Amino acid sequence: MTEGYIHSIETLGTLDGPGLRMVVFLQGCNLRCIYCHNPDTWTTCGQVIHSLDLVEKAKRYKPYFKHNGGITFSGGEPLMQPEFLLECLILCKQKGIHTVIDTSGVGSGSYDEILKFTDLVILDIKHPKKEKYKKITGNEISHYKLFKEAVIKNEKQLWLKHVVTPGINDTKEDMLYFEEEVRSFPDELVQKVELLPYHTLGIFKYENLNIKYRLEGLPPLSKAKLSELKEYINLAKLIK
Amino acid sequence: MKEWKDFIKGNWTENIDLRDFIQKNYKPYEGDEEFLAEATERTKNLFEKASKLMAEELEQGVLDVDAERISGIDNFDPGYLSKEDEIIVGFQTDAPLKRIMNPFGGIRMVEQSLKAYGFNHTAVIDEFRKYRKTHNQGVFDVYTPEILSARSAGLLTGLPDAYGRGRIIGDYRRVALYGIDFLIEKKEEEYSSFKFPMNEENIRAREEIKEQIKALEEMKSMASKYGIDISKPSSNALEAVQAIYFGYLAGVKENNGAAMSLGRTSTFIDVYIERDLQRGILTEKEAQEIIDQFVLKLRMVRHLRTPEYNELFAGDPNWVTEALGGMGLDGRTLVSKTSFRFLHTLTNLSSAPEPNMTVLWSENLPEAFKKYCSKLSIETSAIQYENDDIMRPLYGDDYGIACCVSAMRIGKDMQFFGARCNLAKALLMAINGGIDEINKEKVIDKIDKIDSEILDYNEVLENYKKVLEYVAELYVNAMNIIHYMHDKYAYEAGLMALHDYNVRRLMAFGVAGLSIVADSLSAIKYAKVKPLYRDGLTEDFIIEGEFPMFGNDDERVDKIAEEILEFFSNELKKHKTYRKAKHTLSVLTITSNVVYGKKTGATPDGRKSGEPFAPGANPMNGRDKSGILASLNSVAKLKYKDICEDGISNTFTVVPHTLGKLQRHRRDNLSNILDGYFMQGGHHINVNVLDRDTLYEAMENPQKYPNLTIRVSGYAVNFNRLTKEQQLDVIGRTFHNRM
Repeated sequence: MTEGYIHSIETLGTLDGPGLRMVVFLQGCNLRCIYCHNPDTWTTCGQVIHSLDLVEKAKRYKPYFKHNGGITFSGGEPLMQPEFLLECLILCKQKGIHTVIDTSGVGSGSYDEILKFTDLVILDIKHPKKEKYKKITGNEISHYKLFKEAVIKNEKQLWLKHVVTPGINDTKEDMLYFEEEVRSFPDELVQKVELLPYHTLGIFKYENLNIKYRLEGLPPLSKAKLSELKEYINLAKLIK
Repeated sequence: MKEWKDFIKGNWTENIDLRDFIQKNYKPYEGDEEFLAEATERTKNLFEKASKLMAEELEQGVLDVDAERISGIDNFDPGYLSKEDEIIVGFQTDAPLKRIMNPFGGIRMVEQSLKAYGFNHTAVIDEFRKYRKTHNQGVFDVYTPEILSARSAGLLTGLPDAYGRGRIIGDYRRVALYGIDFLIEKKEEEYSSFKFPMNEENIRAREEIKEQIKALEEMKSMASKYGIDISKPSSNALEAVQAIYFGYLAGVKENNGAAMSLGRTSTFIDVYIERDLQRGILTEKEAQEIIDQFVLKLRMVRHLRTPEYNELFAGDPNWVTEALGGMGLDGRTLVSKTSFRFLHTLTNLSSAPEPNMTVLWSENLPEAFKKYCSKLSIETSAIQYENDDIMRPLYGDDYGIACCVSAMRIGKDMQFFGARCNLAKALLMAINGGIDEINKEKVIDKIDKIDSEILDYNEVLENYKKVLEYVAELYVNAMNIIHYMHDKYAYEAGLMALHDYNVRRLMAFGVAGLSIVADSLSAIKYAKVKPLYRDGLTEDFIIEGEFPMFGNDDERVDKIAEEILEFFSNELKKHKTYRKAKHTLSVLTITSNVVYGKKTGATPDGRKSGEPFAPGANPMNGRDKSGILASLNSVAKLKYKDICEDGISNTFTVVPHTLGKLQRHRRDNLSNILDGYFMQGGHHINVNVLDRDTLYEAMENPQKYPNLTIRVSGYAVNFNRLTKEQQLDVIGRTFHNRM
């Protein structure tokens, strides 16, 4: 049995999967997204917790989960601690807890094994085009593609999300690429598609960590702009 | 009897048995809110007039006082707001919002209130003082020096020794179902059943019942002044609600009790409404009109209290608590269409703190009702929830809630209210050798001072238990004195007339500061706590290291809270109570958590001197760092049955976004949170769904938010009536919010 590094646990998650969810924020991420609001989760160190203890904790919230809630592994990037993640997922499934992983698909370990014990994947599509992907994340898109293949192969239920940042990926062209990417997944897997606006609520963390914030001065994406983009690609119709 | 035509008969036709009547005749409702009707023009007119008067009142503090008369069921002429629009009539005095002088609990409260609001002291007060002893005088004739010193140090606080004790719920439904004449007949039977030997108990019984009969006669006479005869049973819904209201009105004319609750009337009323609907003599709109107008009257109940009292409790609370919903012992839900109609007044008459809408939650409540309540909570923040699944086994299925969290079987239980003991101050006394850290007076003898550099858990705990043992004995004895005198000098004949004579009495003790004590002991146990002394008394504490805090579902500290509560509860039970009352205990502060904080020095958990307590059983502000559900789980561990049967109050405040993105998600999530909390044995919860910005905005521009309601420990208040300090406390209190 293994131990893992977590940032924190939020017992009332309502946005990180269906129903009420206990959200575990795992430490560690290989991406360095330009708009990241959780730089405090980049390194794989922090609060240590044993997989058994974590699942014991989750069991305490079963009365709230009802028919659709459960646990969500977020981060950081949950796939950065694959053994720990897998063990937690297996234990959760043994206890009848619905499992979600909230990921950008860049990690290691056996994706097939992990997905076997995952009920739903929230997949963050950074950008469908490799140049912009690299510009946003500092990383190659090939890692993401590997995970994408595994998800499709294992026929996992999906929520797809995409962060829209002014001046970086807020054009109609960007939206068309995103739409195309969404359509490249089998229709029956995609449960929900979300466009999330860039926000600045995490900047203070950069100051605390003494890391330079690369989008200094960039205003959050306006509500109006977001609705305009949503309408343009007819987001609601993307879900079959 | 013709008024009972179409009702199914049963034990209730021969004996006073409201439960039997309801069970045989009510219609459970499992549907949704679609059937509800809007307010009528008459109601809208009334509401407008009432709102205008209440706004004037808010400006002045008190609109008017009847300074010529003393309180009593039949001492006032009829009063109206707008006669042509009122279908439910009756005010406490001859004008709406005009207050009554009630000196029976304590005359000083009346005199100070008159003075504070600029009303003339009248001859009737002097006469009263000359010839009549009050409850307050009786108590202070008997109090011992030990009690006085614990009281002045604020170790025991808020004791009902200078004002009406309240917390007694008359079974007002009896007036509607049976009419006064039948009730008198039954009281006469009770009266004759007490015979020789004429010992104290039997003499008292005969005297009290005689007083009750007189009170019933007065109710009849009071109603007749409004041209309404309540001697016979009600024959339709309008009459039934009017009769219930007259019963309640008699209670608030006779008593200025701290909490004057309504009970559990809605499903009873529903039986009458259903019968009228069946008979085709009532429409849905008319049914709603009756409930709207009833509720509007309940919102206009007032008592004459000092500004200090109002400051402590944030405005003019009367805790007109109505218990809604719940399940029956036979598994049918007690939710009826009138449960919905009652809640719907929050829409028709906008949000308001009174009546104190209390939903008795059960896992088995109809889903549609759960969702409707959740939706209204999100819109109004005016509802509190209590766990029917843990109360029903103890109180059956015809209990109500007095004040905030006190369950009692309607007409069969009454309560001796006992405010609360400041557990945090008791802990400081355990360290400071029984001396109060604020006024430096010795309050408790034979407690050794602790003067170690680092506090030792076992040493502190041992001393603390000694302090609690002492306080428990003192507390029970103080309560015995108070309630003996209250019965003697301020007996609530009108309220008790609407009970069986042989009621079960509950003596309700209380504690405040539980989360401070749990965190303090946890700090002492798991970290290093170094006291800083000044003149031999602790002034502050330095904590080195981490320690688990209450509110994170962490067994290490939650267990401490549980054990302290259990210990104190057991200690109280070692001492005999007046009239063989059953000991109960609550964890409740109301808004006084701010005042308790002011009067308590720095505590070993890191709380500074003067900082507010958390309300009720809540974790301390900002210390519940694992989200709402962890916080709820900690509180849900505190045991209700046998330990805290007078209730465990919890308040949680979230921003709407935390509950989900879409309205329907928010509604469903809230409903699931309530299910989860109560399934784990949680007893009570206030739900506030508010944006912090809205509250700041309301502080700046109160006129823009005349109806902004917020729930605090056990009841709701109008945000504008909180003091600035209380407003800041509410805003500063853990707003569960996450990026």
